[in-house]
Amino acid sequence: MALLSASGLVKTFGGVTAVDSADLEVAMGSITGLIGPNGAGKTTLFNLLSNFIPSDRGQVMFNGQSIERLQPHEIARLGMVRTFQVARTLSRLSVLENLLLATQQQTGEKFWQVWLQPGKIAAEEQQSRDRAMEILESIGLAHKAHDYAGGLSGGQRKLLEIGRALMTRPKLILLDEPAAGVNPTLINQICEYITYWNQQGLSFLIIEHNMDVIMSLCDRVWVLAEGKNLAVGTPQEIQTNAQVLEAYLGN
Amino acid sequence: MLNYLFSFDPGILNYVAFLLTSMAIYGLMGLGLNLQWGFTGLINFGIAGFVAVGAYVTVILSLTQVPIVLAMLAGGFVAALFGLLMGFATLRLREDYLAIVTIGASELVRLIFNNEELYDGRPGSMGINGFPLPLESFRPTTFTRVGMVAIVTVIFGLALWKLWQWANRRLKSAAQKQKVAITAVAVLAGLLGLRAYVVTAISLSNFRANQAGNGLLFVALIVTAIAFWVVERLIRSPWGRVLKAIREDEEIAKALGKNVFAYKLQSLMIGGFLTGIGGALYAWQQSNVYPDNFRSNLTFNVWILMVLGGAGTNPGVLLGAVIFWVYTALTRDLNQILPLPTVQIDAFRMVFIGLLLIALMVWRPQGILGNRDELTLGK
Repeated sequence: MALLSASGLVKTFGGVTAVDSADLEVAMGSITGLIGPNGAGKTTLFNLLSNFIPSDRGQVMFNGQSIERLQPHEIARLGMVRTFQVARTLSRLSVLENLLLATQQQTGEKFWQVWLQPGKIAAEEQQSRDRAMEILESIGLAHKAHDYAGGLSGGQRKLLEIGRALMTRPKLILLDEPAAGVNPTLINQICEYITYWNQQGLSFLIIEHNMDVIMSLCDRVWVLAEGKNLAVGTPQEIQTNAQVLEAYLGN
Repeated sequence: MLNYLFSFDPGILNYVAFLLTSMAIYGLMGLGLNLQWGFTGLINFGIAGFVAVGAYVTVILSLTQVPIVLAMLAGGFVAALFGLLMGFATLRLREDYLAIVTIGASELVRLIFNNEELYDGRPGSMGINGFPLPLESFRPTTFTRVGMVAIVTVIFGLALWKLWQWANRRLKSAAQKQKVAITAVAVLAGLLGLRAYVVTAISLSNFRANQAGNGLLFVALIVTAIAFWVVERLIRSPWGRVLKAIREDEEIAKALGKNVFAYKLQSLMIGGFLTGIGGALYAWQQSNVYPDNFRSNLTFNVWILMVLGGAGTNPGVLLGAVIFWVYTALTRDLNQILPLPTVQIDAFRMVFIGLLLIALMVWRPQGILGNRDELTLGK
């Protein structure tokens, strides 16, 4: 069953058609890959799915609900959380605060509740603090919990992004190049985390240029070229697909 | 100049009481702006407009027999709606639009107040005066005087205690060389605080009938103290964390399911409310309102004190307000030293505060109480 399915997505910027009636499907509980040459429209497609950029045409269904008209924050609340290609951090907040922010449905996020239900807020904070420390522990950032997030290295920021996404208790995480600019040891670690969380029932959609990562993780891979669907299949099928090789290497 | 610190001459005491009132009022406006800029990253260049709305609404309502406290709250509330209006118009656009629109809207407000007959058929440019002032007809007994002094004792006591905590915390982590500086700053601030307390206590125990000055000092201190406590608590809540996240990178906040637009509106409105209440106090202090009192230089004074003390820290903003008014007091008598006409002296004071800000940006860009580490972080 499809957790996320998009059909006929179109986005033009001026005269350039960045995404040209693209389809995509992420099966429940899967790790799905999205690959394609530079400029193929992968990140734009991510932006359309999460509605950070509104699409010109097309439908997006998530968990049986049409989401293409929802605001980005509403989509996140439904359980589909995205990360960014260039890892973004809240620099002047601590690493721990970065994670605490991600907790969903916090009573204390309504300013009047700060006065009406201080006890409930304190209890929730304690809970989400414990969970945040657990996640930081599991991604190896626990010793950095009270440092400013702005002081993290590039690789650590990638981990922090994933940790933040996990904090929201999502159903699906969209990862935009989780391995880019990360050293090989850390890449292996990131892959292990992804596999672990996938076994816990979380689905992933991953854009990645590192083919080893895609081949080892993904159940299914979608290939995008010049904004159009080029191919879809298992990693093995994609590896031997003549069209895909052509798109990457030229003829 | 030293007599401001040591003299017990009634004239000097009155002037210091006036300074304390001004510090509280500007501090309150600064707290409002700090919530918007220091914590949410919203550029509000229309402080004067918020102040004007708060002042006029309070004054006109109290002239129509509305109880003065309700009038003040209404002033704050309408200022918050003013913020809502500007937020709705601009917050979905790029962030610099808010800056442009607020500066325009505040001038618009001033021009409307200047040209409309707002009360009693008088032309706006002639201003409004003769409105009720807080505690105007309050005749304190010995008992209520003791009560008032007790309340300000609590406020100053808490402030000095916070200073003590701050100094201790800083001293623990500071290098040997900094320790002297921190101790000196703490002692100086403590002495200034004590002086402020003594002056407040004296003027409250000498509370004379119809001396609105004393009453306003009392009201302004209480209102600002409450506002400080409220914003500090809000900032430390999950709500405050979302504001800070928006300041850092609103795309992240969006991606994590926060309704950024709604939070920005709330920040703009709560900040506007505080600034509007500041407007009510501002009107009472001058006991008249003229549209000319709400020119853009008021906006920039509030910005100056916030940047000076450290945007993003509430104690810093209050400190900034204190420094701003100490500076004003110290340079007031400059014409006795410099043989220049008043106009040039005034210009000189502005030039010097500009130089001071440039020096601050070079050596301490985070403001006096700001945290330097925060500025050296990469995005």
